[in-house]
Amino acid sequence: MLAYIVRRAFQSFVVLLVVGLVAFSMFRFVGDPIDNMLGQERTQADIERLRGELGLDLPFPVQYFKFLQGAAQGNFGVSYRQGRPVSTIIKERAPATLELALVSGVLAITVGIGLGVFTAIRRRGFAANAIMTISLVGVSLPTFLIGILLIYVFSVELNLLPSFGRGETVMIGGWSTGFLTASGLKALILPAITLGLYQMTLIMRLVRSEMLEVLRADYIRFARARGLNDRVINFRHALKNTLVPVITITGLQLGSIIAFAIITETVFQWPGVGLLFINAIQFVDIPVMAAYLMLISVMFVSINLIVDLLYYAIDPRLRTEGKTT
Amino acid sequence: MTQATDTPSTAPKSRFAKFWDSDFAWAFRHSPVAIIAALVVLLLVLAAVFAPLIAPHNPFDPATLNLMNGFTAPGTPNAFTQETFLLGTDDQGRDVFSTILYGLRISLFVGASAVFLAMIIGVILGLVAAYFGGWAETIIMRIADVQLTFPAILVAMLIFGVAKGFTPPEYRDEMAIWVLIVAIALSDWVQFARVVRGAALVEKNKEYVQAARLIGRGSIPIMFRHILPNVLSPVLVIATISLALAIIAEATLSFLGVGAPPTQPSLGTLIRVGQGFLFSGEWWILFFPACTLLGLALSVNLLGDWLRDALNPKLR
Repeated sequence: MLAYIVRRAFQSFVVLLVVGLVAFSMFRFVGDPIDNMLGQERTQADIERLRGELGLDLPFPVQYFKFLQGAAQGNFGVSYRQGRPVSTIIKERAPATLELALVSGVLAITVGIGLGVFTAIRRRGFAANAIMTISLVGVSLPTFLIGILLIYVFSVELNLLPSFGRGETVMIGGWSTGFLTASGLKALILPAITLGLYQMTLIMRLVRSEMLEVLRADYIRFARARGLNDRVINFRHALKNTLVPVITITGLQLGSIIAFAIITETVFQWPGVGLLFINAIQFVDIPVMAAYLMLISVMFVSINLIVDLLYYAIDPRLRTEGKTT
Repeated sequence: MTQATDTPSTAPKSRFAKFWDSDFAWAFRHSPVAIIAALVVLLLVLAAVFAPLIAPHNPFDPATLNLMNGFTAPGTPNAFTQETFLLGTDDQGRDVFSTILYGLRISLFVGASAVFLAMIIGVILGLVAAYFGGWAETIIMRIADVQLTFPAILVAMLIFGVAKGFTPPEYRDEMAIWVLIVAIALSDWVQFARVVRGAALVEKNKEYVQAARLIGRGSIPIMFRHILPNVLSPVLVIATISLALAIIAEATLSFLGVGAPPTQPSLGTLIRVGQGFLFSGEWWILFFPACTLLGLALSVNLLGDWLRDALNPKLR
């Protein structure tokens, strides 16, 4: 078990080093940072001085190490486009993305599990079949088209919900939240559905197939024979045993929600980190791109590590296997 | 399919007859979904290939554009010029039907090239991993595992961003299409490598491979001439499903403005442009490209699903 954790942690570390190298080489080889920072009127002395200050005269591995050191402390330099520190910009943008991801995640999990259980219990019912068919169409629709469709129906035709932005936000100690105003909550609905829909169908299909499997098991038949009522059997006995794969997939999908937030944020012009990244790619704003690259890799690598370790925590069978081998 | 086409035959007609009688062709003839999907794909591919012949206007020739034709609704004559356009025109007076045909070209070209490139990379790495094993296998499969933990679209986006950073500014628009192809291919090779490796590991220990080794054939001929033909059918399935994913990935990237440049608009770029006119009521600029994209992606997807079932009798 310990050896496994150490090996996984080491592997994650190597991945981060490689991503760091890519991010760093972008800095190093794309354009000349000196050009970006000094104007037209510069002397050779200025260039030499700045080169020394930025440490550009140091050997490559030393520079790389310094870059990693800075990145670990959240220092990614100054955005070429906005002329402000990247860390400040990301701090401003992060609440928007995190709130959106949180709401769509909760939506996907609750509705997904609910519908999954429903379609498994009423397997042959009309409603369950209809839900399954709709989910199939939902999976094959690209995310951005779902967003546009929702905007068309609810903003253009029905004029019920806003089609872009976060609405009014309230600042609470450096965190701008949209949860506390009516317009903030209204603005959240469409993006959250767009972002959560794919994960929702995924969770629903997974819960359904796991439930169908479990409901056939002997202990469920035995529970029925004991005369327990259906609700206890379905939720206490069956659902509980479907949760291990569901938690794994949900955990892994957490990262996808942040990644797909890029698309949703662009469709709804949601002022989050994803939109920041897309704009950074469009304008080749390298410090922002590098920061996002590092941030998203750290997140993915840690989510994967945690999910892998949770495996052991959740499923007692794996723990005993781990001890004997 | 491989059985039907590989069997030596005297006349091309009998080869066709054999193919017609094969399980594969039988399964195709008896699946209305597969036939319709294949017809839609065929139609769209033909439309893309012959776009310059079919398109009533050349949307990229400024000489033929008339700004007065801007925002003409589908099928109704323009108020100023009395010209009619089947699917209407956009803000510049470009015929939407023609832009879709040209957009379809770029979408299909990028999607197919990306899948082809991904297939080549994946098949070679998968074969190498299975055949040589050892550290080559460890490195290749580790990279594959790590890459699988990231969503493909994010990988493509990151590669596109990094590559764009490395291209000199004056070539960025020209290179965008190629960068896009490479980015999607690099985000997609893992599926091929894993499937090929899995199938090749089984084939590797079979007698024909040992026989080939005994008569002294080299590693490369054994890998590509002997093992590869026997692992091709799962590759075909993955390629078809990947094509649908690649087309959607391309559309998504272009929609986000980090894919095909406005000078070479793909379906995704057209949808991006069309979204801006949704509120002013010019729905057709968005609607028709979106429908084309959906029809294409859905048909390829259905075809892929059918192919998977048809080539894998265990699932039937």
